[in-house]
Amino acid sequence: MTVYAAPGTEGALATFRPRYDHWIGGEYVPPANGQYFENPSPVNGRTFTEVARGDADDIDAALDAAHGAAPAWGRTSVTERAIILNKIADRMEEHLEELAVAETWENGKPVRETLNADMPLAIDHFRYFAGAIRAQEGSISEIDGDTIAYHFHEPLGVVGQIIPWNFPILMAVWKLAPALAAGNAVVLKPAEQTPTSILYLMELIADLLPPGVVNVVNGFGAEAGKPLASSPRIRKIAFTGETTTGRLIMQYASQNIIPVTLELGGKSPNLFFSDVAAAHDEFYDKALEGFTMFALNQGEVCTCPSRALIQSDIYRDFLADAVARTEAVKQGNPLDTDTMIGAQASNDQLEKILSYFDIGKAEGAKVLTGGHRAELEGDLAGGYYVTPTIFEGKNEMRIFQEEIFGPVVAVTEFADFDDAIKIANDTLYGLGAGVWTRSGADAYRAGRAIEAGRVWTNNYHAYPAAAAFGGYKGSGVGRENHKMMLDHYQQTKNLLVSYAPGKQGFF
Amino acid sequence: MGAPPARVALTDDAAELLVRLRAKHGELMFHQSGGCCDGSSPMCYPDGDFITGDADIHLGDLSVVAGEDPFTVPVWMSRNQFEYWRHTHLTIDVVPGRGAGFSVEAPEGVRFLIRSRLFTDEEWELLR
Repeated sequence: MTVYAAPGTEGALATFRPRYDHWIGGEYVPPANGQYFENPSPVNGRTFTEVARGDADDIDAALDAAHGAAPAWGRTSVTERAIILNKIADRMEEHLEELAVAETWENGKPVRETLNADMPLAIDHFRYFAGAIRAQEGSISEIDGDTIAYHFHEPLGVVGQIIPWNFPILMAVWKLAPALAAGNAVVLKPAEQTPTSILYLMELIADLLPPGVVNVVNGFGAEAGKPLASSPRIRKIAFTGETTTGRLIMQYASQNIIPVTLELGGKSPNLFFSDVAAAHDEFYDKALEGFTMFALNQGEVCTCPSRALIQSDIYRDFLADAVARTEAVKQGNPLDTDTMIGAQASNDQLEKILSYFDIGKAEGAKVLTGGHRAELEGDLAGGYYVTPTIFEGKNEMRIFQEEIFGPVVAVTEFADFDDAIKIANDTLYGLGAGVWTRSGADAYRAGRAIEAGRVWTNNYHAYPAAAAFGGYKGSGVGRENHKMMLDHYQQTKNLLVSYAPGKQGFF
Repeated sequence: MGAPPARVALTDDAAELLVRLRAKHGELMFHQSGGCCDGSSPMCYPDGDFITGDADIHLGDLSVVAGEDPFTVPVWMSRNQFEYWRHTHLTIDVVPGRGAGFSVEAPEGVRFLIRSRLFTDEEWELLR
């Protein structure tokens, strides 16, 4: 067990500046309007730094820097870009613990996750795209003996990226790595709940990237996000968030005729078939952990397995074991490596979760465990903590249909395979799903029948690079985490070349 | 038969905030969001900034009485989302908080929040 010192106290691995400006052109630049906003840590609810409150002028300055850097960056060889991405990964690895502590302080998530998931995945993501861009090839079509179509990949130029607060560094890297590998310059807006950890990273890798290739402007969505998303000076916008803002960003993009990629969340079903309980063995234990994955990252994951569907004949016993497993989740200081669940990222997030406890109970769902705010003591007293919660109810209830984004799972039973698929697909979303069974055939058929972009089969919440991630239905457009994402950040240039000496014959 | 009950309402705190936001941004609208991060939250925009269409339902207009200058704020929701929400009455409240998409109240350090209750049997009869 290790308890890391909190930033700002003696012995802390991560040290934040008292104030953060924008990161534009490879250096800190104060906001044009001179305004800053406070950034509290969810761990204790207290402000630990203040952050530039950007607006359209700062976005313009960042776009100027990006446009200045994009042509030269786009002309670098893929070898050079891959070397830089690998160097970034190496630098992050050297500072892994420090970044993990910074991220935990920023977001409230337990340090065991930032140490073992967020940071290693982010590091590997740079390495994956360093390799992918080296291996990428154009194509040639031989139209006829004298006519050849050559296809080249070209960068889009300057792109905009709007990052969510649930994995501030990892989600930024998911978008940055492919964009940079493909040769684009970026203007990135972090979430206003988590504005500093990405700046912490930028500072750490400042000497590795040419100035202006990555620019970070903080601020509120209405003031900084909108001028970025609606700017005619970006060639693409990528967004992770919710549906109304996703639609709004598409509307802005339509005015500028630029592509969008959107990741808009879900209400992921986690299916447990009867044979899971055929033996109380290692696999059964793994399945119970799979159920409890709804509490990972405090449930603040777009793919949170927030609907558990359990086959009727094992329903009572499996659920009893699942409740016991959930009650064993250790809540406490996020900087303690033994802590399994930390703080919700913000006060309004906490309030929203509590409002869903009300509507869940009003609709007649039964609370099997949790269902309330967790009041922690001492230094953590002001933090935003929720006890992991299991509701039992029916799929048409709102707690089964809406993304609560907290450590809350809604459980119901199904009779047979067809019933399971029907309930699983009765949702507006289709981002993630889980299937647990000892039958390879059932696993395959269920995985293909569920309308979701990612079906974890006998595992959950793994996010390795090279496994495509993205949504069906209302969950968005595009895929991340895979080399196909390079396409989202590239233009196709076709040279159609005639080697024939004779004329075409029209004139 | 009486008139169907309103589907949406506003707390006093939220009404006060709307008065201030309108002074700054002009006429306003709400669109109820779904999905992740700041999803399931009511998003407040300058009226017309978010383009509504056949994919949306107009849930009602919130009346804000502010001295000599009463005004209304329309509330919208995606039609497919409404299918799962139709049996609940929605009250827009406000809590201290940080950010939510492009919603205009976020810079004030507060966040609109939906509080829900089930319609009573009598109300539901009138709505059907």
